[in-house]
Amino acid sequence: MAAKPMKIRASVKDGVTEVKALISHEMETGQRKDANGAIIPAWFITELSAMHNGKVVLSGEFGTAVSKNPYLAFKFKGGAAGDKVTLTWKDNKGETRTDEAAIG
Amino acid sequence: MNNQRRNVLKTGVGATVLGALTAAGLITPGMALADWNKAAFEAKSMADTLKALGAATPVDSKDVQVTGPDIAENGAVVPVGVTSSLAGTTMVAILIDKNPNALAASFTLPAGTEANVQTRVKMGQTSNVYALVKADGKFYMATKEIKVTLGGCGG
Repeated sequence: MAAKPMKIRASVKDGVTEVKALISHEMETGQRKDANGAIIPAWFITELSAMHNGKVVLSGEFGTAVSKNPYLAFKFKGGAAGDKVTLTWKDNKGETRTDEAAIG
Repeated sequence: MNNQRRNVLKTGVGATVLGALTAAGLITPGMALADWNKAAFEAKSMADTLKALGAATPVDSKDVQVTGPDIAENGAVVPVGVTSSLAGTTMVAILIDKNPNALAASFTLPAGTEANVQTRVKMGQTSNVYALVKADGKFYMATKEIKVTLGGCGG
């Protein structure tokens, strides 16, 4: 299943850029069972990074306890309206997705 | 069926099953990731997780805060954040004591990124939530209990 795009909002205020992202991902824990009692294999984002102007502004590692369709918000100094913020994630199946948004 | 699932979570057998799956190679793709701190994320107890993160004895600090609700109605989506006013904060992590695997997420903060990260986590039951922060090479911690009225590891 192809991953859906992330929703990213970035806004700059007083020299600090706030990024809010909503990532579309199942985040299956590997602990649930289906109707037949078989365990649904774990499927979750393990790594995530955010870039601004070619510089990493946040890198994260997720476990299975992060909610389905993860939400993430963080702030970094710098950034100007029109700059691009890029988010990339990688899941435990090796799938990755990158999306970018302009700072508004 | 649903009750059984709750019991599995309570007794911690769920975590064992996950471990067994890992051992059987069923979820190997994730294990191939070099950067992902497997030991820390698979550790079951708080103590083991802290050890895997290299933070055996974090110090409680008032400069670190766990943000989140006092009561979460839906354990599947609990908004949790970590803020730290300590200078030189380079890492923040969210740990949930009573989850099958304590570590929920960790973030590395380069210079210029504020120690203020919000996300949403799943909680199986009422538990203490810990914010672990690394600042200037030392580990600090803050705690908040979040009550869960409906467990969040199922659907």
